[in-house]
Amino acid sequence: MQIDKMNGKVLLANGKIADPVGEKIYESDILIENGIIVRIEKGITPKNDMETVNLNGQTISPGFVDLHVHFREPGFEDKETIESGCRAALAGGFTKVCCMPNTDPPVDTQESVRFIYRKAEGQIVDVFPIAAITKNRKGEELTEMVELSSAGAVGFSDDGNPVVNAQIMRFALEYSKIVDKPIINHAEDPALKADGYMNEGVVSTHLGIPGNPSIAEEIMIYRDLTLARFTNSRLHIPHVSTKASVALIRQAKANGVRVTAEATPHHFSLNDEYMRSFDANGKVSPPLRSEADRLSLIEGIQDGTIDAIATDHAPHQYDTKETSLDMASYGMIGLESAFGLSMTNLVHAGHISFIDLIKLLTIRPARAMNLSLPGIKVGEEANLTIVDPDEWWVFSRKDIYSRSQNTPFIGRELTGRVKSVFAKSSYIRLQD
Amino acid sequence: MNLSIKHLYGLEGVPKEDLTQIFDTAFSFREVLERPIKRVPTLQGKTIVNLFFENSTRTRISFELAEKRLSADTVNFSASGSSLSKGESLKDTIQNLYAMKMDAIVMRHPVPGSVKLLSQFVDAVVINAGDGTHEHPTQALLDMMSLKEKFGKIEGLNVAIVGDIRHSRVALSNIFGLKTLGANVALCGPPTFMPYGVESLGVKIMYDLDEALQFADAVNLLRIQRERQGKGLIPSLREYRNLYGLTRERLENLKKPLTILHPGPINRGVEIDSDVADGDYSIILHQVLNGVAVRMAVLFLLVGGK
Repeated sequence: MQIDKMNGKVLLANGKIADPVGEKIYESDILIENGIIVRIEKGITPKNDMETVNLNGQTISPGFVDLHVHFREPGFEDKETIESGCRAALAGGFTKVCCMPNTDPPVDTQESVRFIYRKAEGQIVDVFPIAAITKNRKGEELTEMVELSSAGAVGFSDDGNPVVNAQIMRFALEYSKIVDKPIINHAEDPALKADGYMNEGVVSTHLGIPGNPSIAEEIMIYRDLTLARFTNSRLHIPHVSTKASVALIRQAKANGVRVTAEATPHHFSLNDEYMRSFDANGKVSPPLRSEADRLSLIEGIQDGTIDAIATDHAPHQYDTKETSLDMASYGMIGLESAFGLSMTNLVHAGHISFIDLIKLLTIRPARAMNLSLPGIKVGEEANLTIVDPDEWWVFSRKDIYSRSQNTPFIGRELTGRVKSVFAKSSYIRLQD
Repeated sequence: MNLSIKHLYGLEGVPKEDLTQIFDTAFSFREVLERPIKRVPTLQGKTIVNLFFENSTRTRISFELAEKRLSADTVNFSASGSSLSKGESLKDTIQNLYAMKMDAIVMRHPVPGSVKLLSQFVDAVVINAGDGTHEHPTQALLDMMSLKEKFGKIEGLNVAIVGDIRHSRVALSNIFGLKTLGANVALCGPPTFMPYGVESLGVKIMYDLDEALQFADAVNLLRIQRERQGKGLIPSLREYRNLYGLTRERLENLKKPLTILHPGPINRGVEIDSDVADGDYSIILHQVLNGVAVRMAVLFLLVGGK
């Protein structure tokens, strides 16, 4: 990763622009001055006062947005820091991320929201904190949502823990209407989950591994959708993983419920067969599901039920993964591999178009969390991710910038790669 | 004489030829066990560690005896009072033990997959002595050896496994092994004891014990863990016994011979009544002897050639 400050005039030459707003892809050069786009047209003549970057036909997208990362700071800086997380985000082409509040202490006060912003100052990536729904993420008392919101929280979640009490969830949804920011509930009924640590199904039966059934997710999503309908509040559903969950969200959207939903690359790229390896890198929450679930998730992405691809980037040091499955931590990193997995398993697999993927990585997640997203327009800030949709590569440890390397995708062949990022007047080249 | 497998993680995927060879070898070791001097020098100079992260009496003693009968050097490690309680990781524990030069590791652990996980950290032969609710391959091998001894062959045999299938490594290993050898397998117990989609393993499911007994040439009764009662899986041990307990009355009504196996330890008066456990149809004590022989065979075939 090479970061060059480019404050003057910069010409991005011979690129293609993927415009998720106008839903079109066209060949054009882009001229940037002091970090602002000043010209967009073909054949801009390079001049001596410009730094020219020849993109050789690569595609320029607005910078990607990830609604769901864990940057572990404060409290777990061995796993990730905001700084290292931002590097991982850049490596994946993400220029805006929303970080979850399950830190130690959790982000449940104004001061802790401000701490995140302070730590992210000077980073090329914009980091937006999601604050807790309940104090100490215990599911008992609501946080001071309005204060948290005015400090800059973009949404509310106890991610990692569900809000188990339906009455508290109802109050959270109602109260959040003051600020009109989404409640993001980790949907998993703890009694049904019991001691399960992989999807309950034929594979868990073959392996004798205690199962966490799809119904644990579906029942709580049904509850949350019903509460969101009743209270007319905004609900965002993170890491949707099952067939019936997708169907429930599709139906709720058709009925006018104010709901958005995200899917992770690992849930649409892997199924529970992976656990035959007993590799704890495959232990995630919610678990990798059946092939039928995986295919339904892709259908949900195709028909718009799913609004965003979000990584649920969850760094853990290897010692918490090289252990028996019950002790192993939940989660995998995802920022660096997200675009490659999405291109390979969604676009090149023939399920969605390239421009649809760009929408799932940019304007649609931005809308779900009310984030402003600079478009590729004259007068806008240049916040751009440049990709080669057809480059074949093998995901390896050297592609990882996170402090942790817990991913089952090492060695995976991918087609489609993030090449560089232009943001905050800096040009970041990701490979040599 | 070599097996196709290098470790024994479980019986899933172990080919018929390997199973047959293990049984043939085990029957010849059975003869050794009948001799006045029950010891052969086969594994002299080999070091085997028995790593038990979960309580066990008969499996550990059976392995230890098998190792001693083969003249191996053995050491035992059990989790209680060990460094694990001081917070050392499984990986660190195993690498430290391996650094002392072990040829083979026999391991029991309460979590599925831990035995396979262990094998990534060491270059020794690894034998699963039970990993949580996953597999317990040597138990299934001794069950099948006992069936083979009784019936001559396993192909075509009807075997019913009765009890808490969902939480049983013995059931899973038996299913894999018996299906490989061509037996017909039925599982019997309340639906709360049946794991999701277990039919996919090619077995029949029966909720009625009398139906299962009618079907079966042999029945393998699993031990009912008393703590299951409190988790809502069954209302009471009393109702379980009424529905699934093997009693003298049931056997008399059956009007045909039946072979009874039990992996032990027995809950007398729950899954099996005392007079049945000690009766003519029971081969429970044969199983125990065969357990030593079959473990000798596995150790000999996996460690001996190395």
